[in-house]
Amino acid sequence: MALFDFFFHNLTRSAAILVLLILGGVIFSLIYGSLPAIRAFGLGFLTTESWNPVTEKFGAVAPIYGTLVTSTIAMIIAVPLGLGIAIFLTELCPHALRRPIGVAIELLAGIPSIIYGIWGLFVLAPFLQQHVQPALISLTGDIPVLSSLFAGPPYGIGMLTAGFILAIMVLPFITSISRDVFDTVPPVLKEAASGVGCTTWEVMRYVVIPYTRVGVIGGVMLGLGRALGETMAVTFVIGNAHRVSSSLLAPGTTISATIANEFTEAVGDVYTSALIELGLILFVITFFVLAAARFMLMRIEQKSGA
Amino acid sequence: MIFKFFNRIALAATVALATASAAVAVDISGAGATFPYPIYAKWADTYKKETGAGLNYQSIGSGGGIKQIKARTVTFGASDQPLKAEDLEAAGLVQWPQVIGGIVPVVNLDGVKSGDLVLDGQTLAAIFLGEIVKWDDAAIKKLNPKQKLPSTAIAVVHRSDGSGTTFNFTNYLSKVSADWKAKVGENASVEWPVGIGAKGNEGVANNVANTKGAIGYVEYAYAKQNKLTFTKLVNKDGKAVAPTTPTFQAAAANADWANAPGFYQILTDQPGAQSWPITAATFILLPKQPQDVAAAGEALKFFGWAFAKGGKAAEELDYIPMPAGVVALIKKSWAHVTDASGKPLASN
Repeated sequence: MALFDFFFHNLTRSAAILVLLILGGVIFSLIYGSLPAIRAFGLGFLTTESWNPVTEKFGAVAPIYGTLVTSTIAMIIAVPLGLGIAIFLTELCPHALRRPIGVAIELLAGIPSIIYGIWGLFVLAPFLQQHVQPALISLTGDIPVLSSLFAGPPYGIGMLTAGFILAIMVLPFITSISRDVFDTVPPVLKEAASGVGCTTWEVMRYVVIPYTRVGVIGGVMLGLGRALGETMAVTFVIGNAHRVSSSLLAPGTTISATIANEFTEAVGDVYTSALIELGLILFVITFFVLAAARFMLMRIEQKSGA
Repeated sequence: MIFKFFNRIALAATVALATASAAVAVDISGAGATFPYPIYAKWADTYKKETGAGLNYQSIGSGGGIKQIKARTVTFGASDQPLKAEDLEAAGLVQWPQVIGGIVPVVNLDGVKSGDLVLDGQTLAAIFLGEIVKWDDAAIKKLNPKQKLPSTAIAVVHRSDGSGTTFNFTNYLSKVSADWKAKVGENASVEWPVGIGAKGNEGVANNVANTKGAIGYVEYAYAKQNKLTFTKLVNKDGKAVAPTTPTFQAAAANADWANAPGFYQILTDQPGAQSWPITAATFILLPKQPQDVAAAGEALKFFGWAFAKGGKAAEELDYIPMPAGVVALIKKSWAHVTDASGKPLASN
């Protein structure tokens, strides 16, 4: 028995250590692969907008900007929508509807990203181009900040479209996880709150959400992680232009889209290395996002004095 | 004990590999350009039925093909962008053009049908530089005095992924416009001054088809299959030609292959009244002294067979076979592919 325990202990421990080794290996190879580009451009890589394969002068500003902007759009749309669906499903939905809606949400998560890309290109982009974008442009034409956000010709594809697609793609993550954690709230707590006269809104606001905060934030972060790294669907609809534009309707690019687009035909060493350095930057961004989430959770837990 | 065990596994693996490679020695592996993939796959299929020798071609892109053949992980590499003679020398490779395609500008303009609109190189370059922004610009009107041109904005569509199509297109613009050469240059991907990037030929085709006032460039086969509106182009001799099989073949035949070391010849902007200005060849790369002599010999047999018998299949897929005169030159160059003792592998 003791011998078995010994093996079991070591087996699980080496599995856990293996994760660290793999992560370390990924970091090491990313840094090693980036060295030629780091040597060639230094910190200028992070402040240059131009991306010119002909002269082998590369800068990461446009892809970093595009990655952050599209992910932000996605979260602005998906977080309230996802939480709304989850609250409806757990608290308000008639029992007959619960399963179909729940299954539909999970099916949404199972669709491969290339399908989202094709759908975005052939269905969503033309729809936005004909019906949504012209309206946005004329509606916001006189409002100072919004008019520069929604400026320019309606191409149909661009950063806003990519943000929409990403929102749909991360929605199931946020919804499923929130719904599952909402279900973990002990019924007796909700019943007690209702018993003292709380409305459904107040039960959600003062009982369910505080009880499940950590899980909900986890779901949101998982969604954000997917939005930051999503490749194929974005490549199809973002317009793939290495430019920073104030308009959300303008074509842009993201880190992962740039890598996917250009890796196969990148011949020069510096070119390949610049693409790997983009990968390293995405890794760092994701790392900081997750670290910030952890930090936020820590603060919340300290505050609630748990 | 453990060491012995691993030794035995290694031995067994070696034996298995040796017998495996003996059994399938005639199979060829290739990797590279995506553009010729359909025709290579079709040729391979017919060739296997006729001779029993199989070909496994991975269409991973020209850059990938060049990397793989330099690392000698495949029998041959394929690229839409030829290597310069000194690069071939350094890597110990021979190179030849295998099949021809054409790149055509496509537009989406109300009332304009294929071949209605005429453009020339300077105008095309100015459009893609963002200097000409309206369809009724004086430069376009001058080339099309009879055509009614709308005052709509030009939406430029280009490839977002690195591609041989882009290489040949930007190579043409660099040849005909000093401005383009200075500001953008030629490569499989470039820093586009304007426009939206779409993935693959199908992406460009779709974006042009969906956007009024759009202009893009695609492989001829995509323009034809998607029924896109192509333009005529004014060639080096000043004649406006349409993209057709004879004009592609004219460009290939008029190129000066005999004086191009390593067949480094890009078929854009070739002389001749009939030549389509953005014609492109796709190239095969083979080591001069291949490690796997049997596979390399089989590859030469396969490509010789394709020159002799694959022309009809190529045309069915909207590729253009190499002109006979060029094929004779190519076959002569195969004498440089030898085994370790210096004996040529090609039988013809």
